[in-house]
Amino acid sequence: MHGRPRKSATPVDENASALKAAKIRSLQSQFLLNHHNNIYTKEALEINAKLIESNPEFMTAWNYRKLAFEHNLSNQSEADSDHIKSIIDEELRVVENALRKNFKSYGAWHHRKWVISKGNSSTERELRLLNLFQKQDTRNFHAWNYRRFIAGLKNISDEKELQFTTDMINDNFSNYSAWHNRSVLLSHLLEKKVVGYFPKEIFLKEEYEFVRNAVFTDPDDQSGWFYHLWLLDQTVKVDMPNLVSSWPPHGSEITKTTFPIVLFFNEPVEGVNLQTVSVQVEDDIFKNIAWSPLSSNKFKCGQAWLTHLTIPLGETHSSKIFQVKISSEYSQGIISSNGVPCSQHWSIAFRVSVCHDFQLEGQSLRGVLMTDENFSTVDINSNVMDLFKSYFELASDYEQPTSSKWKSEMIASEIDQYRELLSWAECKIGKLTLARLLMANDAIGTPVAPNTTHVEEVLKLYSELMELDPTHYQYYKDEYSLVFLKQVTSSKESLMKYCGQYKESTSSNITGPMCLRLNFLSLSQIGSFERLLWVQSLDLSHNQLHSIEGLEALQLLSCLNLSHNKVGSFMALDPLRFLKSLRVLNISYNELGAHTVDTRRYLCSSPLSHTLDYDKKFEEFATGDEKVLNFWEAYSVFGGLDIMQLDVVGNAAADERFILFLVKLLPGLKWLDGEELH
Amino acid sequence: MEHLRINGAYWGLTTLDILGKLAAVDQETVISWVMSCQHESGGFGGNEGHDPHLLYTLSAIQILALFNKIDTLDIEKVSNYISTLQNEDGSFSGDKWGEIDTRFSYVAICSLALLKQLDKINVEKAVKYIVSCKNLDGGFGCTPGAESHAGQIFCCIGALAITGCLHYVDKDLLGWWLCERQVKSGGLNGRPEKLPDVCYSWWVLSSLIVIDRVHWIDKEKLVKFILNCQDKENGGISDRPDDAVDVFHTYFGVAGLSLLEYPGLKAIDPAYALPVDVINRIFLH
Repeated sequence: MHGRPRKSATPVDENASALKAAKIRSLQSQFLLNHHNNIYTKEALEINAKLIESNPEFMTAWNYRKLAFEHNLSNQSEADSDHIKSIIDEELRVVENALRKNFKSYGAWHHRKWVISKGNSSTERELRLLNLFQKQDTRNFHAWNYRRFIAGLKNISDEKELQFTTDMINDNFSNYSAWHNRSVLLSHLLEKKVVGYFPKEIFLKEEYEFVRNAVFTDPDDQSGWFYHLWLLDQTVKVDMPNLVSSWPPHGSEITKTTFPIVLFFNEPVEGVNLQTVSVQVEDDIFKNIAWSPLSSNKFKCGQAWLTHLTIPLGETHSSKIFQVKISSEYSQGIISSNGVPCSQHWSIAFRVSVCHDFQLEGQSLRGVLMTDENFSTVDINSNVMDLFKSYFELASDYEQPTSSKWKSEMIASEIDQYRELLSWAECKIGKLTLARLLMANDAIGTPVAPNTTHVEEVLKLYSELMELDPTHYQYYKDEYSLVFLKQVTSSKESLMKYCGQYKESTSSNITGPMCLRLNFLSLSQIGSFERLLWVQSLDLSHNQLHSIEGLEALQLLSCLNLSHNKVGSFMALDPLRFLKSLRVLNISYNELGAHTVDTRRYLCSSPLSHTLDYDKKFEEFATGDEKVLNFWEAYSVFGGLDIMQLDVVGNAAADERFILFLVKLLPGLKWLDGEELH
Repeated sequence: MEHLRINGAYWGLTTLDILGKLAAVDQETVISWVMSCQHESGGFGGNEGHDPHLLYTLSAIQILALFNKIDTLDIEKVSNYISTLQNEDGSFSGDKWGEIDTRFSYVAICSLALLKQLDKINVEKAVKYIVSCKNLDGGFGCTPGAESHAGQIFCCIGALAITGCLHYVDKDLLGWWLCERQVKSGGLNGRPEKLPDVCYSWWVLSSLIVIDRVHWIDKEKLVKFILNCQDKENGGISDRPDDAVDVFHTYFGVAGLSLLEYPGLKAIDPAYALPVDVINRIFLH
């Protein structure tokens, strides 16, 4: 099926082919007859062997051999070990024959494993066979897998196998399979804390040097570069989950009596609950708190976790300040999706200031017009900036993972090496590696005060990569967008340039909540959500976004402008289902309904991924020909939201029927596409 | 290739459906032949009289799904066959002879999901086993420690997608590994430093779509590569330009084009590998 040249069949070819097919069919029917009648004679086995030779992927034929083996072995007395050995040898011979025909045959390799597992065979012979196959094709993964099987069966040490990979790589650097196996073996040795491989900085130094030889010799071969990425990840990664940011921020003062609490971790975790996290108001530990992950998956795992707290006001009629403390109780109960528990204690403390003279808060929005004329920057000293400031100014009380000196030294050395390589080799992966090294350099250190020393150089590298490797343009664009946002959100000063307020309309002077305005920035990807948990109004219009994954963490969001982007389906808007405060939404001029392929289909809550039951109420709600995909998806995403102002014009899906459906779905809707509803 | 005739039938019939020409075959003949491949254990063989195996069982179920005739099956019987092949560690054997491979995890999960019988297996353990096959480059192999390969990645990503467990995947790391499968000619290979092949247009592409990183490849170049692999005289698509065609590569080429939104083709679901309208019919009613 692979690698056969296309040529028209001549009558001679067709004749030969027909004859061959007839012969095989005859063999096959004889074989099946023997198989169904449990005939395991020498002749029957020969017929089978012929068939297997012509088609080593015929599983039924291998199954028969196993039945014959068991049958013939059961006829032997245990003492007759020579005969047993000859039966085994015959099976191994048939396998070897088949492998010479097709050394990628799953059936053949499995049969050999099955036979070898019965015992009575030599390790050396297997290793010899492996050496033969691995020399012929160093990338044959069946051979590598079989090698792993033999090493396990015969207790060959990881170190010995590591030496084998060293030999293979020294023989030929371009051996991704050998590099891969190397990474597996080193991980095992590290895990088992074998001397010489633990702690990891011991082997990392040598490995960096080893791989440098490879990539400096042939910078265009990919194998070494992928291995280098693994080494970098080993160097940089924080080995356990930890809390990165929160809303409300530590040390802040807020004025609402009911508010969301968001805990944002460095990676998805499970196990945030009453036992692992305590919520304390003054001296009372709150017991009726329920935490839920802001994600849609079966196993209650999420990077951001949410709960709501209502301060009990009781009989007080005057202003009061409540001290609230959120802290880890039994932090080991919080576990990453890799099974690593959080072993550091953390806590957040903030104040809630309540004043009974206030009207019920909650801005009664009366429509927001997000245009340039309506926008004005905010005085950094105004009240509206308080929460924003506290987010950046006060140090947190989370214990930061200690950054080790060896990490920064190792990365700094690598940066020098690869700057040197790039001075004489125009190599795309080399540039990408340098960009990653520079970002890693900045990442090591406390996340609270992000280091952006190399951001400009990194942005330049990604711009160069977009030109050097246009096939992967979008990858570099996404990385560029993420790095750019890291820069924007790294400090109060840089964020201020993008903050302001929109007025409710041109005639009014009433302003909406403070808005983070990130429009017209060619953003193709968004990130840095841990630094954006305070955002209430977000303008992302006129960018190139097709996904808003991560936005679900911004629980205070009441206004969101996504107009003029590339959102291609309602499922792409799934994160909005978690934004219960959302009142104003602009999704006009996107690509809803314009695509036959939905790349967000499995990354959201859906019956297809068994993360959401099909809501039968939809059938009652959507009558007649509304039962099409767009309608179900809109129902699923928007059904639980209380949207007051919506813009959908400029989407293929937004025809009259669909608009009527939306109006029915959103009873609180007051403005649609700029028109007031009555 | 008689031993995998039922796979061939699935490839051929799904291609016809994507092209809008499923009506060209006689439904009853096909279905009765498919059912004749069923073994007394409940599983299906690759052809009449062949031993049952998970790989062929999935194709049988998929073919019936195309015709909206899953109810032809004794669902209890087939589901039991599949569920008995799950091992203690959550992995699946292809058949009673014990070969373990993440391909079989995908096949079992996809089959049972289509039959609405996923609760017959231990899904959590099945997922744990698949995750144990995750490699340090973000990809997946056939067994723990095995090298990443696009075919295995498709199986593992598909299984994790169907079970709602994509949070175990580092989408950026894997997405980059996958997008680097696109070589200068515009075709996709299955792992680093290998030749491009049309079948990877399915395995790499569908994986990229499931994790929402397909925009990281140059779609137009890939479309051109697939179209260049057509045999314009005799029909069909081959693994590489000017090679011999076969139904396997024809299916993967057409399915790949559908994923690339090539005009005139029905949409195909990247996880279940069946037309989207078939999947919606099963899950959204």
